[in-house]
Amino acid sequence: MAQIIETATAPLTPVDVDPITIDIIENALRNARYEMDEVLFRTALSPGIREQHDEFPLIGDPSGRMVVGQFGLSIPALLDGFEGTIEEGDVLLTSDPYSCDGAISHANDWLVVMPIYVAGRVVGWASMFGHMSDVGGKTPCSMPTDARTIFEEGVVIPPFKLYSRGVLNEDALRIILNQVRQPDWNRADLNGIIAACRTASRRIQELCARFGADTYTSALDALLRRNYDAMKTLLSMLFEDGETLTFADYICDDGVGYGPYKLVLSLTRTGDKVLLDFSGSDPQAQGPINYYINENLARMFFGIYLITVADPQILWNDGFYPLVDVHIPEKSFWKPEYPAALNARNHGIGRIFDLFGGLLGQKTPDLLNAAGFSSSPHFMYSGNRSDTGEWFQLYSIGFGGIPGRPIGDGPDGHSLWPSFTNIPCEFLESYYPMRIERWETVADTGGAGLHRGGNGVDVAYRFLEPGTIAIHDDRWLTYPWGVNAGEPGARGRKWIERADGRVETLPSKIHDVPVRPGDLLHFVTWGGGGWGDPLERDPALVGLEVRRGLVTAEGAATYGVVCDQDGAVDTGATAELRERLRATRPEPSVFNMGPPMEEILARCEEETGLPAPKPPVRV
Amino acid sequence: MRYRLGVDVGGTFTDILLIDQDSGRTFRAKTPSTPHDQSVGVLAGIEKACAEAGISLAEIGQVLHGTTVATNAILEGKGARVGLVTTAGFRQVLQIARSFVPGGLAGWIIWPKPEPLAALEDTVEAVERVAADGSVVTALDEESLRISLRRLKGVEALAVSLINSYAFDGHERRVAEIAAEELPGVPISISSEVLPEMREYERTITTVVNSYVQPQVARYMDNLATKIAGGGVDGNLYVLRSDGGLASAAAAAAAPVNLLLSGPAGGVAGATWVAEQAGFPDFLTFDMGGTSTDVALVQNLQPRTGRETKVGDLAVRSASVDVRTVGAGGGSIAHVPELTRALRVGPQSAGAVPGPAAYNRGGEDPTVTDANVVLGYLPTQLAGGEIVLDRDRARQAVQRIADAMGLPSAEAAAQGIVDIVNENMFGALRLVSVQQGFDPRDFALVAFGGAGPLHANALGRLTGSWPVIIPPSPGVLCAYGDATTSLRDEAARTHIRRFSRLTDAELADLLAELAETAAATLEAEGIDRAAQTVTYQVDVRYHGQGFEIPITLEPGTGLDALGKAFDAEHERLFSFLLGNEHELVSARAAVSGPRPNVQPAALAEGTEDASAAVTGTHKVWVEGGWAETTVYDRSKLLAGNIVQGPAIVVEMDSTTLVLPGHAAFAHESGCLLISPVEA
Repeated sequence: MAQIIETATAPLTPVDVDPITIDIIENALRNARYEMDEVLFRTALSPGIREQHDEFPLIGDPSGRMVVGQFGLSIPALLDGFEGTIEEGDVLLTSDPYSCDGAISHANDWLVVMPIYVAGRVVGWASMFGHMSDVGGKTPCSMPTDARTIFEEGVVIPPFKLYSRGVLNEDALRIILNQVRQPDWNRADLNGIIAACRTASRRIQELCARFGADTYTSALDALLRRNYDAMKTLLSMLFEDGETLTFADYICDDGVGYGPYKLVLSLTRTGDKVLLDFSGSDPQAQGPINYYINENLARMFFGIYLITVADPQILWNDGFYPLVDVHIPEKSFWKPEYPAALNARNHGIGRIFDLFGGLLGQKTPDLLNAAGFSSSPHFMYSGNRSDTGEWFQLYSIGFGGIPGRPIGDGPDGHSLWPSFTNIPCEFLESYYPMRIERWETVADTGGAGLHRGGNGVDVAYRFLEPGTIAIHDDRWLTYPWGVNAGEPGARGRKWIERADGRVETLPSKIHDVPVRPGDLLHFVTWGGGGWGDPLERDPALVGLEVRRGLVTAEGAATYGVVCDQDGAVDTGATAELRERLRATRPEPSVFNMGPPMEEILARCEEETGLPAPKPPVRV
Repeated sequence: MRYRLGVDVGGTFTDILLIDQDSGRTFRAKTPSTPHDQSVGVLAGIEKACAEAGISLAEIGQVLHGTTVATNAILEGKGARVGLVTTAGFRQVLQIARSFVPGGLAGWIIWPKPEPLAALEDTVEAVERVAADGSVVTALDEESLRISLRRLKGVEALAVSLINSYAFDGHERRVAEIAAEELPGVPISISSEVLPEMREYERTITTVVNSYVQPQVARYMDNLATKIAGGGVDGNLYVLRSDGGLASAAAAAAAPVNLLLSGPAGGVAGATWVAEQAGFPDFLTFDMGGTSTDVALVQNLQPRTGRETKVGDLAVRSASVDVRTVGAGGGSIAHVPELTRALRVGPQSAGAVPGPAAYNRGGEDPTVTDANVVLGYLPTQLAGGEIVLDRDRARQAVQRIADAMGLPSAEAAAQGIVDIVNENMFGALRLVSVQQGFDPRDFALVAFGGAGPLHANALGRLTGSWPVIIPPSPGVLCAYGDATTSLRDEAARTHIRRFSRLTDAELADLLAELAETAAATLEAEGIDRAAQTVTYQVDVRYHGQGFEIPITLEPGTGLDALGKAFDAEHERLFSFLLGNEHELVSARAAVSGPRPNVQPAALAEGTEDASAAVTGTHKVWVEGGWAETTVYDRSKLLAGNIVQGPAIVVEMDSTTLVLPGHAAFAHESGCLLISPVEA
């Protein structure tokens, strides 16, 4: 437990704050948070942060509760596990999920936390973590798909003071940076994260100077209470007392041959409170896909889904946490036992959003989207240039189809993650020995529906230097499900066309695959599931999408639309086909997960070119 | 010819400012805008201004114009049907864009699917490929291209954007030649000309936007030139670009993507002119209108420029005055979401129709203007009597906010609405100041636009930017800007080189070449080299960074000095340095013509006593209670007059609020300078 040193002994006094001042402080916090992003994007070196924005800022209240941020991490959990004092000018750094109760969830994420002092008292916390492209270990980018322990995943930094009262611990930083393959990236990105936190810190100090620390912190309490009250209302509106809702989905495999892992989430409201229960989920995985989730993160993910639709302008915070109990069984996928490998937890982070969507959508039609999250598909390529010998290393994140949604079609090839962007082709080609030969969405991969799921993306990388590649993806076996009679989206696929003409299917999780100049990798991501009955979709729109190349003439048949290659619709034949399909199809269910799991597994090799995974076993 | 003419076409009014270049005297005219054909209103305004000055239209030497035609085409979705040619494999470059979804986690649930500005069915691929180093990997297949282009019959403009064309433009040029044969008469924009920079999506969207607005802008320019020439104006027509420079009508029509912020740039130029007259070279601008507010930062009379231009949700890469826009203005609607009971102002706006409740035109939602009416800040009439304000309706509307929030009175709710909207403006001003490493307390604040002077004093208090400068006739400041700007042209090139692979001589040659290009353009406009001023700017970063910092440099600056200047700027912005190598990204030379001679209006000399301008008193709500406040007629103020707050200063197109504890000083240039009164 951290011991926080404050030179001023008078405690902060709660005061009444008028509602307008609360709104003004809310607005200022929002601005400070976006400013944190801006500072980091503009200074970072790794493409993962500077081009793709794989980073997450947070500003906390004096006790570390998030008052603004976009994603999880838990300062209280970190402080609980930190032995030592905390003083003005200290900056904590860690990358060890096991030392902070999953405040971060793999060793690639470097988490910086600093106290914000005003007149000798802690008035808040500034914090940010970012994904380092490389943290050492046995494979470039530090995400070995066959890892069974965290020791294989590079340098794991326990919480320590990178700065102590404003003084940098240069030796420690030197030791850490000596472990990684591209230290100048880590140094720049870390500097950017610290600069961003310092910016937040200054903004909070300015707010305290303007309103007084008592008013500022009291306003935070009011903002936290605002979330609490809003959530209390929402919970009683949406969920019946005593009723249990359950939803289950899968991670296809764990990188070492086992899968699919069943993930179960249940919700029960009792009085004012709800219980989120992860019981029934499969045990912790052999491979590195375990997602060590902090209870507070589970609360936050849950809340974000509910509130986004209710008041999109609300400043999201931790205030409602007391209303949500969370139960996560030990040694499960969600709470693996040290030293289980964690690097590939990105599939779990993605899938938890499909889980919440399927769970909450049952009671909130506005939230019932089809499935999207495959994961955040990673692609890595590294090696030495043959002319200069210079080391190159790419870590990049791909995107797929946004699901069909109550408000309309899912965008094609877009990000489900906030603020993420793709790395431009021209940027990749000027910094890496590769040529991108195709970057387009694949027709018919979005699930058919009244609102079509977004198409997945095919990026074709031609390699110009020898090196190795790695892939992290999922939804190659199970389907991104459709809802309300919508069809599932297509699964992701990867294959490599060797320069000599051989074609190899690649698994969705693999590293250290050697590539030679001339080899061509097709990295095809998943499509979003469809929403609503495809037979209700306007045939003219289906025809237009055929003309646009987003749906094929053959694919149009799924919508009961008969048209030619140019999208010209045969109205009579369409009416006939739709009638026939309506008469012969089974009654559509709310969720369409594709064929039963036994059938998926039985046909796995034939359909995907990959052997079916073995059933998970307890470690 | 003695006269220059500034023209600003707004949504409601067209403002004309006629300037006698010999005496500096100005004549103003305001006529209703004519949206179906803006040139009708412009000509009417010109005739009115000339009549007032007692001159003939033939005496006008130059017509200088800030236009919103390009902006409106985008905002209203009424641009041309654009065909697009991409490299094979990249036809969905606009469909995929940067894969970015706005909003937080779960933001994707509520984000509507965007439609690309060039439809996919109007996009064709060229079989060709250029590598990142500019070498040709696959030659252009001209035959298949011709067949593809024939499918695009019916497009009104064509954009060509091929991969890596910033490194080699040969293929794009050839595609354009072939397209000119296959699609005769269709205007063609090629990306290597519009924006020779890395990043295919940004380059493509910028080129497509150029095509999208081009036919409309060309028609408008043509029409306007014909109309004013037909009306007897003999002089040349110039258009203000987004970066604050002037371009000939022909140059403007060729690269209309550079006009997207022509309107706001005019405001900043106008603010620069008045701030110079008042003696304040460093200032923030605050232009608050009905639906949105623009802010910018000007240092040493030079507006900060940026490389990105945003219109609504659309962002393109073109040079523009770094104007940030907040979607909040006088018409923004206040509301209280049931769930959180927080007070939100905007983003919805009542617009001009139905307008604020006080306009009594069917609007019932409480707006910022209604809040100002409730607080007594606005007189009973606006725009010289065009709009009569209904206090009771405003009060009823604002009372609903008070009820929803449990506030004691409509006045308290109105104060809340004003405070919240001011805070939004403050946020925007911080973006251009604090976030760029500038302390707003080192700057003055120039407030204009219909609603700017009303909120200016409060903004000054939030930013600490003193004095707050209210220009004479704040509603027509853009026309001033148009009329007082010099002709300017810029040449730019992306040239990505680490410093170790670049020499001082190469840098000097590059800058000289760019200066020559820009100078030749101005020379063709009739400006002698001797009268031209050249400034140089380069974008530098640490090798590996994704963002550049623009550095202004003198000719002859070596790489060493440049690196040091970059480090200083990086340290100022981000408070740390890296040991990584420096990298040049792009270079620009901007060439300007001489500043036009425009004399400021000089107020007659007076004393501190402003009582001669008093027209009466009025009750206003300040600091939680009603106060009897003096009302002044701005046109009667004399140089040296001091107006003690609380006070209201009324003029035809605007109302200025001076808060308690502050005083407004009438400067001889006609500006009001508001500052806190020393206790």
